[in-house]
Amino acid sequence: MAEPAGLHATTLRLTGLRKSYGAGTAVATEVLHGIDLELGRGEFAALIGPSGSGKTTLLNLIGLLDRPDAGSVAIAGDDTQWLDQGALTELRGRAIGFIFQYHYLLPVFTALENVMMPVLAARGRLDRAMRATASGLLERVGLAAWSDHQASQLSGGQQQRVAIARALAMNPVLVLADEPSGNLDTGNADAVFDLMRDVNENVGTTFLIVTHDPRLAQRCDRIIELVDGRIVAARANADVLPGSPAAGPASSP
Amino acid sequence: MRLNPLGRFDVIVALRFMREGFMQTTLIVLGVALGGGVIIFMSALLSGLQTNIIHRTLNYQAPIRIFAPDQVARPLRQAGPAAVASQVQPRAQQRRSIDQWQRIRADALRIDGVVDATPVVAGPGFAQRGDATRAVSIIGIDPASYFNVIALDERIVAGTGDVGPTDIVIGTELAKDIGTAVGDKLVLALANGAMTTLSVRGIFDFGSKGINESSVYIALRSAQSMLDLPGGAASIDVRVRDPFAAETIAQRIRGSADVHVDSWISANAQFFSAMSAQILANTLIRVFVGITVALGIASVLVVSVVQKSKEIGILRAMGTARGQVLRVFLIQGGVMGLIGALIGSLLACALATLLGILAAVVPARRAAQLDPAVAIRG
Repeated sequence: MAEPAGLHATTLRLTGLRKSYGAGTAVATEVLHGIDLELGRGEFAALIGPSGSGKTTLLNLIGLLDRPDAGSVAIAGDDTQWLDQGALTELRGRAIGFIFQYHYLLPVFTALENVMMPVLAARGRLDRAMRATASGLLERVGLAAWSDHQASQLSGGQQQRVAIARALAMNPVLVLADEPSGNLDTGNADAVFDLMRDVNENVGTTFLIVTHDPRLAQRCDRIIELVDGRIVAARANADVLPGSPAAGPASSP
Repeated sequence: MRLNPLGRFDVIVALRFMREGFMQTTLIVLGVALGGGVIIFMSALLSGLQTNIIHRTLNYQAPIRIFAPDQVARPLRQAGPAAVASQVQPRAQQRRSIDQWQRIRADALRIDGVVDATPVVAGPGFAQRGDATRAVSIIGIDPASYFNVIALDERIVAGTGDVGPTDIVIGTELAKDIGTAVGDKLVLALANGAMTTLSVRGIFDFGSKGINESSVYIALRSAQSMLDLPGGAASIDVRVRDPFAAETIAQRIRGSADVHVDSWISANAQFFSAMSAQILANTLIRVFVGITVALGIASVLVVSVVQKSKEIGILRAMGTARGQVLRVFLIQGGVMGLIGALIGSLLACALATLLGILAAVVPARRAAQLDPAVAIRG
């Protein structure tokens, strides 16, 4: 932690990551067989692969929600291998934002409170500054008018946008999105995708998006394909649709 | 704002979770309230009852009384090799003063928990007025210290209890029996024929017919000379701060001097063991009600944790520490307990008030139906 996390050129580095379930029993299965991967600052990458290929397991390891059996995860230059639970939690809150398929807002809180929650959890008590920051984020995702609505009263697309605002609340270096548009119609899916792209370009946040939708994957700078626990292809996306905002700054780290 | 506990992350989340599960929260708060109400009500009822009984018991009885040691018969014949068949008759106990009672009183006063100790000389006699004669027990007191031990002064219904050398204080029953009022003279006689005329200085009512009938109080010096114990004290009556410590203090006095010590606990052993059993039962009930309440809160929280597992997962993913999640649920338990206890206290108060009103119905109706003409005449 010598330098601020956000300034490191490599946002994520995975080395020889292995993970098996049911270790020690007769049915132990290795899900990930040695994953090496590097994501640079400001990258916008898609993670694709068939069901059961280990995408969610990989995402959990990257998100520090689970620990690998072998190999290491480094977030913005910080090797997490030797961190204890408390330090992992702290790093997760500070450096990583999550967006899930089922938006997973806290239903009893308002949109604004949901966005404030990560900062509130990190600082321990409410202050005016965090309310202002959260308002700004809601405005950015186009929901300023809905800030005092309960999360359960918002539509699916709106909830997902609140979730994006929440993921950005701690100004993380990396946002992990697990099928962020999987539960939305095409219009809303595009809107959510555009929003993530917009944040990526304007703020420089690195995104890793798990998706089943080839159309959306095609719009990412890079496509990482996972099959049976191995990365079979990690290529810069040559087919980025012409005219898409992704075409320009993708190569500049 | 900075110090406001409502701005804390864990408090905010806990309160919101409780509001979400409003039905559960309400039910368990009601459960805690009922349990707490029962505990408080029972405790109040029983401790009130207990205080009342102790108060009545110790009304005219000192918690600890110190006497001269019993006189024993000593056979002259020493135990030798030969077996001797003997029948030793117990000695008749003479009225005696406690040896060096001033020193023993001073020692007793130094014991922690002792409020006051007062010398008393008591003996049997007769109260006479005209043709009426009643057997009484004469109690010679030093009013200043005696009133600290037995609240005779608070029991006076006419005159005062402050007896001088030629005064006597008698009970309401005796006053009625021999027809005396404050200021009247009566003759106090002893079995040996000694008699003295005293003026009634006050009339007391201890709420016990036996005592009101047979106890008379005179000045310590008068009693000493009448009962032939000049300068002596037949007993030292001791008041202690905590009635339940009486036996312990009695043992300390017993250990420090050659005297015979009675505590109200050993004197009322049966009553006391009944009361101890009642206290134990009361405690057990409270403990079990308490456990039931705690189990109720726990079961609600267990369900809540299962219901909220998704939310907890999100909070953890967002960087919420384990300790924070732990506190969210601890706070919920605490708040439910607190609110339940507050409502329970109110409930207990309401219940006690209601019972009080019910208990007062009969006397109140009698009071209301009193015929003014009869009452004034009577």
